[in-house]
Amino acid sequence: MEEKIKLSPESFEALPKAEELDNEKIAAPSLTFVQDAWRRLKMNKGALISLFVIILMMVVAFGSTPFINHDSLVKSAPQYANLPAKIPGVPINGFNGKLKVSGEWVDEYKQNNVPSNKYFVLGTDYLGHSLAQRIIYGTKISLIVALVATFFDLTLGVAYGITSGWRGGRVDNIMQRIIEVISSIPSLVIVVLMLVVLKPGMTSIIAAIAISSWTTMARMIRAETLQLKSQEYVLAARTLGETPWKIAWKHLVPNLSSIIIIQTMYTIPTAIFFEAFLSFIGIGISSPQTSLGVLLNDGQKNFQFLPYQMWYPAIVLCILMIAFNLLGDGLRDAFDPKTRR
Amino acid sequence: MRKYLLKRVFYMILTLFLVATITFFLMKLMPGTPYSNQQKMTAQQIQIMNEQYGLNKPMWLQYLIYLGGMLHGDFGVSFQFSNQPVSYLIASRIGASAQLGFQAMIFGVVLGIIIGAVAAVHRNTWVDTLCTILSIIGKSVPNFVLAVLLQFYIALKLGWFPIADWGGFSYTVLPTIALGVGPLAETARFIRTGMVDVLNSDYIELAKAKGLSRYGIVYHHALRNSLIPLVTLIGPYTVALMTGSMVIENIFSIPGIGEQFVKSILTNDYPTIMGVTMLFSAGLVAVILITDIIYGIIDPRIRLSGSGD
Repeated sequence: MEEKIKLSPESFEALPKAEELDNEKIAAPSLTFVQDAWRRLKMNKGALISLFVIILMMVVAFGSTPFINHDSLVKSAPQYANLPAKIPGVPINGFNGKLKVSGEWVDEYKQNNVPSNKYFVLGTDYLGHSLAQRIIYGTKISLIVALVATFFDLTLGVAYGITSGWRGGRVDNIMQRIIEVISSIPSLVIVVLMLVVLKPGMTSIIAAIAISSWTTMARMIRAETLQLKSQEYVLAARTLGETPWKIAWKHLVPNLSSIIIIQTMYTIPTAIFFEAFLSFIGIGISSPQTSLGVLLNDGQKNFQFLPYQMWYPAIVLCILMIAFNLLGDGLRDAFDPKTRR
Repeated sequence: MRKYLLKRVFYMILTLFLVATITFFLMKLMPGTPYSNQQKMTAQQIQIMNEQYGLNKPMWLQYLIYLGGMLHGDFGVSFQFSNQPVSYLIASRIGASAQLGFQAMIFGVVLGIIIGAVAAVHRNTWVDTLCTILSIIGKSVPNFVLAVLLQFYIALKLGWFPIADWGGFSYTVLPTIALGVGPLAETARFIRTGMVDVLNSDYIELAKAKGLSRYGIVYHHALRNSLIPLVTLIGPYTVALMTGSMVIENIFSIPGIGEQFVKSILTNDYPTIMGVTMLFSAGLVAVILITDIIYGIIDPRIRLSGSGD
């Protein structure tokens, strides 16, 4: 039955010693979780560019605080009203102070006797405010609304999710039923009711967005907490008598961080959109206070004759949204390579 | 199944009851009065008006009357349009909104499926990149910005479609596109992800080995299997369409619910706000329930939670 294969020592060849040793060596340096994610994120060009765009916008928006404040923005200068963009040294129609009026390019600056050394990079609005300043200020307000709303959404959602998942049993059941009920109320309805009751303004928009959007975060955190709860290191911590607070803070939150970061990245653009949406239909932030939504609303009224007044804020808003969405996708892929497509 | 349904319907009613209660008491806290020129009215006039609208009764009685009326579809009388019942206002406007929402949903989902499927089949080529860029843009550009641009450049400049108002089908084209782009982008991304997964699975390998045509594989195996999870997105889409309708209907002056809602908020028209709020909530709750049931029926792998225990 068994066939003997005749093998002689000559048929084998010894490997060189050095190569053998190399097999055991780990070439790549060991990376922590965050380093690994950052390495993967760096490979995603779109996400990286988005990250820089967002940082740039934030620096410009928040760095403008000493130069552009609310007081200087409410001062109107009717003699400069509705001037188109003018950048000295750029002879392209549309950026040289000329505006298309019934098919012909007319130098609005000359017509309105604006001093030749006075110019507005992105033109002015109907009250003579510099549009560039208003856009930077409006972006700041939009970002503040989005970031603060997201922060509350995050804190509430994470705390609720961890509590629900950790306690389990009856508490979990009740907390989940509450979420079920809340999430089947359209967030629009919650936001509108909040805005109707509170005085329209930044605080109420932040509150409204935060209240209506935390349920998704809470659900995801709960599902993950349920899994983490049964891990050995959590069991070890419990056995050693750690308080639930400390376990949540030291073991659960770090392990939930990827979900938190990804979800945050999706909440921010939603909040930016909601703010713009509410201000656009006139129940959010209103003039003289500025946000991207207010600028869009103002620009839309004159869109037929002064299209630049809506185009510029619209472009800024779209770039902001695209950047956050791309970064969100990139972070999701970086933190969770399994879902990578 | 039956137990599950009963449970779900119970939660549905509970949700609606909560919404009704919260809305009612929030409305009572609202600043401003429903009368536009109260300063000019005498105390007697105000009293007569209050009596006429039932505003002089104690709060709890108003609440009970309100709940009782709602049970048989009576949402009270609009403050803004004299003596028009809210239910009549809603009924006369729901047609336009429903048609628009339905068209936008069909437009977005059908086109989204096609784009997503094309992207998945041509994965990692320029076609895929193009589709991905389009869906990111579609997701990021707010629908009201798109609506204004469409209205100006396509309706006013090119004159292809009516600028605003509500008439025949041609009036619905631009609003439908503006409303449908969000669901379109979302569907395309969703379908692409799902199909890439399915295309890598063993049964697709088998289908290829059997020598099925490429179309047959994509249509019969890949697309069908990635369509099922799409059902879960109908709920979020409904929300997006409701939100969108408020602003799109305003831009295109469409006599729909969304436009009415914005108007009633700006004019402190409590009964209309409450009526539309209830309508939106009821609509969403019903849609979520129906999609959950459909999901359980078309995908037998999904066991409805609660039916087992």
